[in-house]
Amino acid sequence: MEKMIFGRYLPLQSPVHELDPRAKLLFIFGFVIVVFLANNILSYGILAVFTLLCIYLSRINIRFLLSGLKPVIWIIAFTFLLHIFLTKEGDLLFNIGFLKIYEGGVRQGAFISLRFLLLILVTSLLTLTTSPISITDGLESLLNPFKKLKLPVHELALMMSISLRFIPTLMDETDKIMKAQIARGADFSSGPIKERVKAVVPLLIPLFVSAFKRAEELAVAMEARGYRGGEGRTKYRLLHWQGKDSAALVLLLVLAALLWWARS
Amino acid sequence: MKENIISINHVHFRYPGQTVYALKDVSLNVAKGEWLAIVGHNGSGKSTLAKMLNGLHYPEEGQVTICNFPLKDEFVWDIRRRLGMVFQNPDNQFVGTTVQDDVAFGLENNGIPHEVMVERVKASLQRVGMLDFLNQEPHHLSGGQKQRVAIAGVIALQPDIILLDEATSMLDPRGREEVLRTVRQLKEEQDLTVISITHDLEEASRADRIIVLNKGSVYREGTPEEIFQLNEELIKLGLDVPFPVKLSEILRLQDFEIASNYLSEEELVRELWTSNFKK
Ligand SMILES: Nc1ncnc2c1ncn2[C@@H]1O[C@H](COP(=O)(O)OP(=O)(O)OP(=O)(O)O)[C@@H](O)[C@H]1O
Ligand SMILES: [Mg+2]
Repeated sequence: MEKMIFGRYLPLQSPVHELDPRAKLLFIFGFVIVVFLANNILSYGILAVFTLLCIYLSRINIRFLLSGLKPVIWIIAFTFLLHIFLTKEGDLLFNIGFLKIYEGGVRQGAFISLRFLLLILVTSLLTLTTSPISITDGLESLLNPFKKLKLPVHELALMMSISLRFIPTLMDETDKIMKAQIARGADFSSGPIKERVKAVVPLLIPLFVSAFKRAEELAVAMEARGYRGGEGRTKYRLLHWQGKDSAALVLLLVLAALLWWARS
Repeated sequence: MKENIISINHVHFRYPGQTVYALKDVSLNVAKGEWLAIVGHNGSGKSTLAKMLNGLHYPEEGQVTICNFPLKDEFVWDIRRRLGMVFQNPDNQFVGTTVQDDVAFGLENNGIPHEVMVERVKASLQRVGMLDFLNQEPHHLSGGQKQRVAIAGVIALQPDIILLDEATSMLDPRGREEVLRTVRQLKEEQDLTVISITHDLEEASRADRIIVLNKGSVYREGTPEEIFQLNEELIKLGLDVPFPVKLSEILRLQDFEIASNYLSEEELVRELWTSNFKK
């Protein structure tokens, strides 16, 4: 758990940290599309170099980043193997009895795994360099045009920020209830799976009851503080789109152009 | 006689679907600039009354006027802006992800322009002594600190009245003292009216006036000295008399002469150690 990097935020000082969250969100969105332009060694090479550049600019320790990838390594490896065994293209490389490995399979497997790896690296850069509340602000601002289509953008953003605010509180509470149940003789860490699942029930029920009570009190407190929906509300957190934010998107266009030129 | 900032006239209220009245024929006034304590046993209707003052409930019968606004749908937002509430549970009223976001929440709701907001957030946090915690997340704060942030959120809106609904009851003695000191300071700096709902008669003893609620009605009203004269009666109502008052009572039973009902330990101690000189 300690090593998990997904959803974690590392408050450092770097050009990437300073970008507007909207720029980063758009960048990721664009990157996810652009990645699919790569289809040969040269274009994948460009893509890999570009990703390394992003990581370098974010000042995030690459070892830390890679060690955090351990949970997905298995998925990547599995994808790789799947391609090796199932793709039947190009020259035959190995033939060990029923196992036939083709040159095309190795290539495909390597490319797809690399693509997957790069996507994960770049998207985890988003959460590592942007605080969750900034991501929420960015999403709210980007989704604003969809308000016309009756999408409850403000409400969604508020829900997200309240969840973020309450996650640590509920974690603490879970911990407290767990200890209280252990003191009463509950056993969460040993025994057959079935017993362990059963032991979770007396944990979840008090947690739910308290979460609902919190929600109710919070709603009253919000109303008492003048909350009446998104209408006529001003924002304390403002986003500033700067030159460097446009530059980041231009960089992405340059990448797209390069890939277009390099692909076969 | 000072001007009344809140007046409540013969108010009745029941929760939907209930037959018993949570508030029965309640009438009371709050003078501008006073510190009023409301005490009462569990379920005596204190929180119900508090929520009514904030327009979270409307009376079935009777009138409520707050800052010259009658309690009606069309004025409820004006009232909420002038009467700020601090609730009991420090966690369940903290909306923002950081201290400054939480203080800004009320300002955002009221459509205050951004530049004004930034100033007010700083100024309010400064006044409750939490400016150094601007970017702190709530789970890194103590209960007392969270309540002070809640107070900052209230005063940022520049209200006329602050209503504390057992705002100190979940705090340890230090946190409690911290919060009360902050409110007292704020009250002195500007012409605030404070209504504090409390179980703690010690806390109530510092008020200008106390109202005792019992089963949804006003049972007694008076200065702390007057109320604590009731002694036995208060205990019967399920309230706990402050320690110095209790001790004086016991000493009197032992034929010690204690002139008046001292509300603070210091005063009682002074009376005791000087009592031999007077003989
Ligand atoms: N949401 C509700 N629905 C129905 N009845 C309620 C509700 N909230 C409170 N009551 C009832 O109204 C009465 C007054 O409750 P209130 O919460 O005002 O008491 P209180 O004086 O604040 O008590 P405490 O000291 O426990 O906070 C109680 O009898 C209570 O059971
Ligand atoms: Mg109450």
